[in-house]
Amino acid sequence: MELQRVVITGRGAVSPFGQGVNTLLTAVGANRSGVVLMPDWRNIRGLESHLAAPVPAMDVKSMLPRAARRTMGPMALYATLACQEAIAEAGISPEMLDSGQVGVAIGSTTGSPEVYEQFYRDYLPTRSIEELRSGIFFKIMGHSCAANVCLALGIKGEQWAPTSACASSSQAIGLGYLLIKNGRQTAVLCGGADEVHDTVTMIFDVVKAASHKTELPLATPSPFDRDRDGVVCGAGSGILVLESLKSARQRGAHIFAEITGFGHVTDSNHIANPGEAAITQAMRNALHEAGLNAADIDYLNAHATGTQLGDIAEARGIAAVVGNQVPVSSLKGHIGHTLGAAGSLETIILLDMLARQEIIPTRNLKNPDPECLVAKLITEPTRKPLEAVLKNNFALGGVNTSLALKRTIN
Amino acid sequence: MANQEILQRVNRILCEEFELEPEELHAGATLYTDLGLDSLDAVDMIVALEKEFGMKLTTEQEMKEIRTLGDLHQLILNLQAQNTTQASR
Repeated sequence: MELQRVVITGRGAVSPFGQGVNTLLTAVGANRSGVVLMPDWRNIRGLESHLAAPVPAMDVKSMLPRAARRTMGPMALYATLACQEAIAEAGISPEMLDSGQVGVAIGSTTGSPEVYEQFYRDYLPTRSIEELRSGIFFKIMGHSCAANVCLALGIKGEQWAPTSACASSSQAIGLGYLLIKNGRQTAVLCGGADEVHDTVTMIFDVVKAASHKTELPLATPSPFDRDRDGVVCGAGSGILVLESLKSARQRGAHIFAEITGFGHVTDSNHIANPGEAAITQAMRNALHEAGLNAADIDYLNAHATGTQLGDIAEARGIAAVVGNQVPVSSLKGHIGHTLGAAGSLETIILLDMLARQEIIPTRNLKNPDPECLVAKLITEPTRKPLEAVLKNNFALGGVNTSLALKRTIN
Repeated sequence: MANQEILQRVNRILCEEFELEPEELHAGATLYTDLGLDSLDAVDMIVALEKEFGMKLTTEQEMKEIRTLGDLHQLILNLQAQNTTQASR
């Protein structure tokens, strides 16, 4: 069987800056931050992280019909809106969506935490199901985003929902890449979504990985910085249309980049602590699959969330694989850690860097941590030829992914 | 409570729950075809009406026989009348 080459032909985004890819790219290009203070979180006993990068309120009633919205929590809404944008940009027709040749791979950390809260708030005091609404399960099930997207958009191909917290959407991209490469699908809508919720941030605070710089929302998170103090959780959805090169050429679609490799390695040493060896191996696997050497890599977009251990482990891993001359930056300082959406939202920004041939530096990186300086950390916008790049994303639970992208198609 | 007021309350619930316009709500409108509801909506409609009127609506079999908004109105009026009668005994 002939393996298919896989390219990206569409992008869709809902981010802390609002709806749309252009909204996201304009804000990040202007070096803005999506982080804000969450005043109500100050009332939660023991919680010391009161910052987040939520999606601004949207008038969703005018965007999607009630029948589609009734089974969607916020994250499924974000994913559906992002898919609509990505499909429109890629020029995928309703007939193609209906053909069974287009699938979805859209993940999230859990189902909607906002709806979980609402359900248990109503249920536990009464222990009664008499006022339970029919749509609630569809909002909190693990594949809420993928299922609702398929239903809303009439997609009949394969439906997958990788749920691996912060690596959900990078796994989804890897999965879509494999499905197309092996000829099971012609195109796959790939990505992830997540919501801002106190129960999500508190998980990071419990493991001492959330930022406490409440008075400095615009200065945190600060990946690779000497004074970094942890993650700021964000929300949104990033969706990419992955498609076989053959199909993209037949349709005359614009191609943003080719996916040439996907490294995916489990660290079974510890459920929470990042492991340099597995990070390193994920990047090596991506390079090997792409047929590239370290010297071929022009830029690396890091996962770097702003945690003490994670940023050092990643910087060391990067240095071990590509040395200290490949420029590196992280986008968490702009959009926070959008968890299940991180891999795909950040890849959308990375595609823009490829198109503009300019590296976006790490926001809030003022004083690089000497332990992270083993990698070449970028603090200013940097123009340079960008052809082959790597994109890292990791997750609690030992998930380590690295994606190899190539700008021009031979 | 006047019958007209009861029907207005039913219609208000339907408008709120299912984002319908008041002019769509005529007695001959079928719930599933004309108003676009389905089996999941029917569950939510019963929950919302039971909460509004503070009573159990009816059995599943009786609900299956409700086709139009007029049928639903009649059911609610009958149940309200029964409740009133029982309360006055």
